[in-house]
Amino acid sequence: MAEQIYDAIVIGSGAGGGMVTHQLANAGLKVALIEAGDFYDPADEAQRTQLRNPWESPRRGASTRLRPFGDYNSCIGGWELDGEPYTQKDDTEFMWWRGRMLGGRTNHWGRISLRFGPLDFKRKDIDGLGDNWPIGYEDIKPYYDKVDKLIGVFGSNEGLYNDPDGYFLPAPKPRLHELYYIDGARKLNVPVIPARKSILTKRINNDRGVCFYCGQCSRACGIHADFSSSTVLIYPALNGGQVDLLTNSMVREITTDDEGQATGVRYIDKLNRQEYELKGRSIIVAASACSTARILLNSKSAQHDNGLGNSSDHVGRYLHDSTGASRAAFLPGLMDRDIYNEDGVGGMHVYTPWWLEGEQLDFTRGYHLEIGGGMGMPSYGFGFAVNQYNQYLDERVGGYGNQLRNDIRRFYGARLSIACRGESVPQYSNRCELDPTVVDEWGIPVLRFDYHWTQHEINQARHMQDTMEELLEASGGILLGSKPGADRNYGLTQPGEIIHEVGTTRMGTDPRSSVTNEFGQLHDASNVFVADAGTFVSQADKNPTWTILALAWRTSDYIIEQMKQRNI
Amino acid sequence: MAMNRRETLKSLFLAPLAGTVIASTGCSSTASNNSSRITWTRLPTEYSYGRTEAEKLNDQRLFAETYFREHELVTIAVLCDIILPNDHPNGGALDAGLPDFVEFMVKDRSQYKLQVRGGISWLDSFAIDSYGADFINISEAQRLSICDLIAYPDNASAELQPGISFFSLMRNLTLTGYYTTEIGFRDLGYVGNTPNVWDGVPEAVLRRHGKSYEAEWLSKCIDQSTRDVVAEWDDDMNLTS
Repeated sequence: MAEQIYDAIVIGSGAGGGMVTHQLANAGLKVALIEAGDFYDPADEAQRTQLRNPWESPRRGASTRLRPFGDYNSCIGGWELDGEPYTQKDDTEFMWWRGRMLGGRTNHWGRISLRFGPLDFKRKDIDGLGDNWPIGYEDIKPYYDKVDKLIGVFGSNEGLYNDPDGYFLPAPKPRLHELYYIDGARKLNVPVIPARKSILTKRINNDRGVCFYCGQCSRACGIHADFSSSTVLIYPALNGGQVDLLTNSMVREITTDDEGQATGVRYIDKLNRQEYELKGRSIIVAASACSTARILLNSKSAQHDNGLGNSSDHVGRYLHDSTGASRAAFLPGLMDRDIYNEDGVGGMHVYTPWWLEGEQLDFTRGYHLEIGGGMGMPSYGFGFAVNQYNQYLDERVGGYGNQLRNDIRRFYGARLSIACRGESVPQYSNRCELDPTVVDEWGIPVLRFDYHWTQHEINQARHMQDTMEELLEASGGILLGSKPGADRNYGLTQPGEIIHEVGTTRMGTDPRSSVTNEFGQLHDASNVFVADAGTFVSQADKNPTWTILALAWRTSDYIIEQMKQRNI
Repeated sequence: MAMNRRETLKSLFLAPLAGTVIASTGCSSTASNNSSRITWTRLPTEYSYGRTEAEKLNDQRLFAETYFREHELVTIAVLCDIILPNDHPNGGALDAGLPDFVEFMVKDRSQYKLQVRGGISWLDSFAIDSYGADFINISEAQRLSICDLIAYPDNASAELQPGISFFSLMRNLTLTGYYTTEIGFRDLGYVGNTPNVWDGVPEAVLRRHGKSYEAEWLSKCIDQSTRDVVAEWDDDMNLTS
């Protein structure tokens, strides 16, 4: 039997890998899709978590080491994986979330789908830091447009220069606590607009359902009314017959020939622990920024002695994550609420985009505000510190007996919270590299992280804290907890904690200072591509998924064109 | 879910004879002088909720583990019953199976093990000092007088801080365990977690809070009568369907 040679081998089934698989398969190419985790279908009763009640779990939805975001969160994976460690250099405290399932982290993400704006691709022109992207908004706009129409995103056209308009579905109406926030923000002249999320408030085709407002996008949707790579891109591709899916398969390295071109991949079947080889004309790595860097660094050969694509020593460098900080308030105006179903879509219905572009600040780069609150479903943790708000009402905290029932109802949903997500400045010295001594259970060298925030991120977090206090108070809230000071970096999250890691294989025109060209094609091997956020030169204050999808589509078009021209 | 069964936990006896609870003062707790028993709804020990194999094994391991002595479980039950008594028409902590839930959570979150075991021992020691018997063997009035001392975090007594900390944990676990059951949902009036069509805050609620939807904002929101119509746009990004 002749050995199968795939037109494309795609490593990783998240947003980037799903899009490339979908596009290449639709173009008639034979694709192998390799995923390190298991098959996943949110509608399968054996895997479903959507619409489960808290008492269906013995821990009522509490988190475990195996599900760090709670029993019902649909992402299988987490900060720690058995048998797959990662290490830290010096005092680095990088947090690395890895999904291990079909669709990867798109199964549980917040569905916040923001286009990068024109300024986001040219930040060096503005503040002299980091680098410009080799492309501009005009290059990616047609792909954002196509992603909007294929996948669906609700939002509103506001005519904001750096938060571009799109082909939006209509937004859901704000909830009550969001109306309090809108009023508060306006008092301070802070803009607030409908959220932008890839959740179907309106039918987009006859294959997927329309949102039924359970508010549980983090549990993955059984009727595919939100975007997961698996449900929206990979299932249709599998149905087309052009795709062979290999699950529970851990890629060790990309193999190359005497000319340094890729020939395929070596991977381990995790179920039988045997190693296999696949042959392909092209390899698309979309394993997530850090895993992609790891695979490239582990793909050493005579032609690529520093790792595949790493002649510049840039693989793993410029790793950066979003900044984050959060604060909450008690909203006395929402005490003793009427109780009705306000689950809505998963997460916020309104948000504040960055509004201080061009202002004189003691940090560069912006952030946006995500709004939380409301009468959510009780799960583990509900009722903790049941009447702590009594301290603001000159009433006694604590107690026991049936009056606690009144406290529960009195304070249910009387809370408003804000989470900030900001842009950090990419640093050459912030990186992941191979640990010289540690391997995982498959014998593959693991990543070691070396990452420190700069004063820009710390000052930005201080500004976030001031902003959140002003907004929460203007909305009628009484601030909870204490404001973190310099000793706590103003509440700045740990690097990696926001799970927006990007930049490890950044694109550029100069092979000495970048890993890929503008199409994600390695400078060092023309039939190897990166289709995840590794190629980001800078991450903007926008959540990366929509840009991963747009770039992966652009890369797919380029691959198809190059194959037509017999360049690959 | 099988939460409507109310079973007796055999061998765990509480006998409120004239308000006096009869149980052990030590580890072996099969009291014989029982005229009534503390009972609670038993929770299932098998669950099906979309687990991976590793998670199933983890749950099985937790259910197979015995951590608490009977005396400790009885004390937990008595405390849960004080925090949310069963005399309420919606049902109390024991109706909601709280002792089983607390037991599971303590095993699941092992940092609770020492806090709860140590807390119970502290409570017994305090009860013996105050009333001459451990917590479950003093009168109900005596138990409540101790709770009055440790149920309020503003009590600054240094001596009481371990008890205050323990009682806060038990109150947290009891309330969270109660309100994450069907009877807790009913008590709260929770009406979500079901397919529906969100069309904004009810008008009467808006009025009560002095809020309203602006016409301009509403123009950006879904007209729910069109939710099933497939989206189409013109070339200027305007939705036309």
